[in-house]
Amino acid sequence: MTDTPEAHAGAILRLRNVETYYGPIRAVRGVSLDVRTGTIVTVLGANGAGKTTILKTISGIMDPQKGAVHFRERPIQGLDPALIVKLGVSHVPEGRQVFPLLSVADNLKLGAYLRSDAVHVAKDLALVYDYFPRLQDRAGQLAGQLSGGEQQMLALGRALMARPALLLLDEPSLGLSPLLVKEIFAIIRRINAEQGTTILLVEQNANMALKVAHYGYVLEVGRIVFEGPSEELLANDDIREFYLGQKQQGARGRRRWKKRKVWR
Amino acid sequence: MERVFAALWRLLVAAALLGFVAPPVLAALGLVSGADLVNYLQQVVSGAALGCVYALVALGIVLIYKATETINFAQGELMMLGAFLCFTFVAILGLPFWAGALLGIGACAVLGMATDRIVVRPVVGQPAFAIVMVTLGFGFVARSLASVIPGWGTDTHTIVTPFANQIVALGPVVISQDHAAIIVATALLCGLLYLFFTHTKLGLAMQAASQNQLAAYYMGIPVKTVFTMIWGVSAGVAAIAGLMLAPIAFVHTQMGMIIFKAFPAAVLGGFGSIPGAIVGGLVIGIVEALAGFYLPEGFKDVAAYVVLLVVLLLKPEGIFGHVRKKKV
Repeated sequence: MTDTPEAHAGAILRLRNVETYYGPIRAVRGVSLDVRTGTIVTVLGANGAGKTTILKTISGIMDPQKGAVHFRERPIQGLDPALIVKLGVSHVPEGRQVFPLLSVADNLKLGAYLRSDAVHVAKDLALVYDYFPRLQDRAGQLAGQLSGGEQQMLALGRALMARPALLLLDEPSLGLSPLLVKEIFAIIRRINAEQGTTILLVEQNANMALKVAHYGYVLEVGRIVFEGPSEELLANDDIREFYLGQKQQGARGRRRWKKRKVWR
Repeated sequence: MERVFAALWRLLVAAALLGFVAPPVLAALGLVSGADLVNYLQQVVSGAALGCVYALVALGIVLIYKATETINFAQGELMMLGAFLCFTFVAILGLPFWAGALLGIGACAVLGMATDRIVVRPVVGQPAFAIVMVTLGFGFVARSLASVIPGWGTDTHTIVTPFANQIVALGPVVISQDHAAIIVATALLCGLLYLFFTHTKLGLAMQAASQNQLAAYYMGIPVKTVFTMIWGVSAGVAAIAGLMLAPIAFVHTQMGMIIFKAFPAAVLGGFGSIPGAIVGGLVIGIVEALAGFYLPEGFKDVAAYVVLLVVLLLKPEGIFGHVRKKKV
């Protein structure tokens, strides 16, 4: 498998010139990106760069004004969210969003809401409990009483219950301790490797995201300004400085604090 | 101040419970005559029966409120229409009682779903007051429409139930089968609803959609359809309430006014709590019956509000409410 961006043939998801608005505000300003089947792709960016909006546009919660979203060569922009879930796209929203007054088990059951093959659903439940043994321990507990990390695990497990081909993860590290972040990312990597699930990961924790991802995009104020394989991004001086917080030594690094570089 | 109120609240609950169980105890000790005790118990039972009807109307309001954050001021009118629909099938068309009742309840559920789609849905997202006015307006329109439908009109009607004019004797306490049926049916309905909401996929989806609408969308739950179905369930419950109220209070176009008892019941229990709505309805029904029997004329009608005011003063979130108080 080559990681060249030109190899679009194996892309499970393609965005072409997508523009999405919040009322009059253009949050996504013509984004094109490819997610190759079986890979983990990350979109990095600061607050308000439009990362979440891109995910919401893919999962049908928001409709793009312009552009196209293709999932498995099929245009899905503007479709009903339920239909997109059915096609194989699961979205783990920012801030977990579990059903607080339902038990952990019921939350997981609802993840498989659109599936009717009880045998396979039961198998997937066992699989989720295998990935997150802590959820099995707390199966009867109300989801609202779980800790932040457990809720994130529940949100991930709930999305897996739909047996998605593409998993959209919005800031899975949000508000978690460094140790838990490590744990969650290890599981994300395992899901990708063992289930073959393609993952589109949106993160502010660029360091962690680039460590698990194969390919990365950098988003600034609604536009993709940089893309490349993760190793390339990790090695890039600008990315290191602005997203990884690693200051360069020497005169160049000292000069930079005044004039922040933008790609516009 | 808050601690004083909390203490007073506990005192009130204790006094109410004590007052409630005192007569049988006093009778057992021979301090109250047997006839007085029988009177008391009969008032409690008939109050509880009426309270069940309040509870079911309140339950419908709470179901819709929890899911859609819409307060349906037309819930009483849905009950009225449900009662008239049952009346149509049973009395006008002459179907057997159970078949007619089921058809009436089903028809009312469909009517509730249509109300959501046609009347309420277009104003969702507008200021809350717009929705209040739409449901209030729908109630008025429903009332006048019912009065011009042939066979319905402004007269009072009855639905003859299989329980009419029969009694159940629990020892010396004699209650009409109509009252007993209401209490049994409400208990059964609550049990069924509980099983439906906790053990079926659709019921769980309804809970999910009311707890976190956005997350429900992410799961692929068709939230709008689910909300429409909640209106259907709510209207069906209202029709059952109407059907149960018919033998004790007649079917007429003004029976929707029961909402002025159902709202206090819902608020008393803690608005948004389903067990609260049931308990609130029972408390108001029983207090009303006892006030009507033991207190001078006029107290019966205000009893519900006196209880409500006292409870809200001491425990503003209601009996089962969870809402944290604002400090300022």
